[in-house]
Amino acid sequence: MAVADASLADSGPRFGLGTILSCAIGLLAGFITMVVVGVTLGLVTGAFAAPPAGAAAIAGLVAGGYLGAVGPDSRHSRRSLIIAGVLLILVHLLATFASPFGLTMDQVSVWQLAALIIFAALTIFGIAACIADLPSGAVSRYKTEAAFIRTMKALGFVIFTVMVALPFYVMVMTSLKNQSELIANPLDLSIDLSQGFEGLFSSYYELFTQFNFGRYLLISAIVSTATVILTLLFSVPGAYAVARLRFKGRHAFARSILLIYMVPAIVLVIPLYAVFSQLGLRNSLLGLLIVYPATTVPVALYMLKGYFEGIPNELEEAGLMDGLTRFGVIVKITLPLALPALASVSLYVFMIAWNEFLFAFMFLDDPAIFTLSRGVVSLDSSEVPRQHLMAGAVVATVPVLVVFLWLERFLVAGLTAGSVKG
Amino acid sequence: MRKREAGLAFNMLLPTALIVILIVLGPLLANFWISVKPVELGDLRPPSTVVTERLRGDAEAIGDVVELEYRIRNSSPSQAVEEAGFTDTIPAGLTVTELDERCRLTGRELSCNLGDLEGGFRERFRLTAEVGQGFLDAPEDVRATDPATFGNGINILTSFDFTLENFERVFSASEFWSVLRVTIYYTVFSTAGALVVGLFAAQLMNVAFKGRGILRGLLLFPYVAPVIAVAFTWIILLDPFSGTINAMLVEMGLIGAPINFFGTRDVDVTIFGLTFQFPVALSTVIAFEAWRYFPLSFLFILAAMQSVSSEMYEAAEIDGATPLQQFWYLSLPQLVGILSVLFLLRFIWTFNKFDDIFLLTGGAAGTRTLTVQVYEQGFALSNLGAGAAVAVVVFFVLLVFALIFFRFSPKEGGA
Repeated sequence: MAVADASLADSGPRFGLGTILSCAIGLLAGFITMVVVGVTLGLVTGAFAAPPAGAAAIAGLVAGGYLGAVGPDSRHSRRSLIIAGVLLILVHLLATFASPFGLTMDQVSVWQLAALIIFAALTIFGIAACIADLPSGAVSRYKTEAAFIRTMKALGFVIFTVMVALPFYVMVMTSLKNQSELIANPLDLSIDLSQGFEGLFSSYYELFTQFNFGRYLLISAIVSTATVILTLLFSVPGAYAVARLRFKGRHAFARSILLIYMVPAIVLVIPLYAVFSQLGLRNSLLGLLIVYPATTVPVALYMLKGYFEGIPNELEEAGLMDGLTRFGVIVKITLPLALPALASVSLYVFMIAWNEFLFAFMFLDDPAIFTLSRGVVSLDSSEVPRQHLMAGAVVATVPVLVVFLWLERFLVAGLTAGSVKG
Repeated sequence: MRKREAGLAFNMLLPTALIVILIVLGPLLANFWISVKPVELGDLRPPSTVVTERLRGDAEAIGDVVELEYRIRNSSPSQAVEEAGFTDTIPAGLTVTELDERCRLTGRELSCNLGDLEGGFRERFRLTAEVGQGFLDAPEDVRATDPATFGNGINILTSFDFTLENFERVFSASEFWSVLRVTIYYTVFSTAGALVVGLFAAQLMNVAFKGRGILRGLLLFPYVAPVIAVAFTWIILLDPFSGTINAMLVEMGLIGAPINFFGTRDVDVTIFGLTFQFPVALSTVIAFEAWRYFPLSFLFILAAMQSVSSEMYEAAEIDGATPLQQFWYLSLPQLVGILSVLFLLRFIWTFNKFDDIFLLTGGAAGTRTLTVQVYEQGFALSNLGAGAAVAVVVFFVLLVFALIFFRFSPKEGGA
């Protein structure tokens, strides 16, 4: 009888700690969603105003209170969600005197309407997901903490996404604008499609025609690929020897490899600069092709060693029994088994070489042999407009991101299997 | 068998060992050498004798008197060239009538010993010669061929001239201790920041949900993108005059006037009546570091989390442990190992970092770390010796860290 009473009571609207928590979650959800949606609207349309986050917080509080009071049974029904959404929008419109984003009605009306719907949907979805099965009345400590963690996680998703996406978004959008637009309104990141394809990509066009970026792209690709090949040629035999063959000082060698890749590039740069200057290697790509593999070989060796050790020795011994030479064993048994590790090491070394800045900056003076990193730095002057710099940054970023996304699963496995150089 | 294996291992390791010794260990030692030498950027070219030759006077008829003029100089303004001189061939048909006392003529071969040339030495001297028929028949342009020179230019890098001035300079400068302090703040807080942010990210991503793969890829972007691209993007985002973030903060009424994030050394902040100086540029750089390197700790922590069996959590759940208790008493102790290894590794890598600060602030506004100081001394002030001296300091600080690292790193070696 008591059980039936309790479940009956829980299904109808009731007030208690659960409702108060829901109100708090609603307040936070309204506030955060408004800031994100409002700022996004401003950046996308160019009509920027301070988002009325206070009003949105009140609206969120009301909607959250309603959803909390409804109780967990009927909370996620379509009816409750729609009522909460309507409540949210009404309260928000009331509190902002019908200017939901701090803009007047006639400014970018269609965008505003869409943003309002997105705001309502995201807020309600967020509240419902965060309070989940929180009862309206008394709440156990477990459920309170669970709701708190869900809310923090939701907040975390928003913060992380914004934190990572915003800079890259601004990088791309800035590269598509022109100098006067940028100075006039730094908040306007909208794209003016009326200027057509050529106008939009004029920065890129100039980079490739006047600033030689096609050549830099090619040089970077060649240098990075050559570094990968050279590094593998050095590190595969080395890693195999350390992982498989018994010799004196094997552990000492493995350890010193670990030590060596803690040596910072900045400590090497002065002596290398001095010696390479005298040998005539400084202002040359050959110089880079000597330095890059030398600095990546220890990392690659260490990562590969970890992987080779994980390959069962019996397979190789069987190969040796069958009359294969050591070389044959490596080529026919070990390497095919280690393909994922090779992919991950290659990708990692490629990233290091492609992104390398210090040596390229110190060694290369001749604009005919710049790598992309060096080329982008040369755009950092007051005479070159800012959108060119950003377009250069995009050109430098896109290839390495594409390669990364393509081989991501290998990198993630490889990085966590071996160790890492930053 | 054993011997053969050792021989094979030796051969397989030789190329790696060679390239590492040549390009890493060699320069490491060379750094010590350069750090005790009075060497500047301009001294990298050893001084040498430079001689040009020209013919003065008209050679139109037999018996005309012309002068062969040799212009000699020392290429270095400061370093001497010892036992310098040159050799040259007198053009056919010219008979030398008057010879400089430092020169000897055998046949048509002229050889002059000039002794030691001081830094910045310049001289021109002339030989008189009489024109013969042979020269009129086939006049030779003496300017076209430069005389062969010799002399021992003292290369400051290979001489045995030592000085401790570089170290005196490095340690006596009042900025050294402030640079060291900034380096420590920067290293500790950037490392901790990247770790804490990474821990949060790993917590978020440890549950399966739709789009997790995409979000994980996105979260790795800051680490994968080239440092030049992200550094310039943040500079532009935070620009006080036309930066999006400053404009946004002003528009939303959060700040009264734009903040020059990378250019302000510090501002006074008053909390509870206590005023202290908040280092703006340094904090911004630290935030950038945490932003750029959190993906790395995120990956490691996530991998460690996913290897923990879920049974333990199920048991805790049954015993009534709340989510925060589960995190505090179950997850965190499991992660202590990976967190400490990551902290030590990242600590060393952050300490080693040069590019990021150099691109963001160039070491201005109280953000100069030891690595930026190496560049500043060695290249911006063109004093290679002083730069190398700072690099030596970097090396020793690093050695201490490495020793600590090996002392505390777990034997099974998580990372």
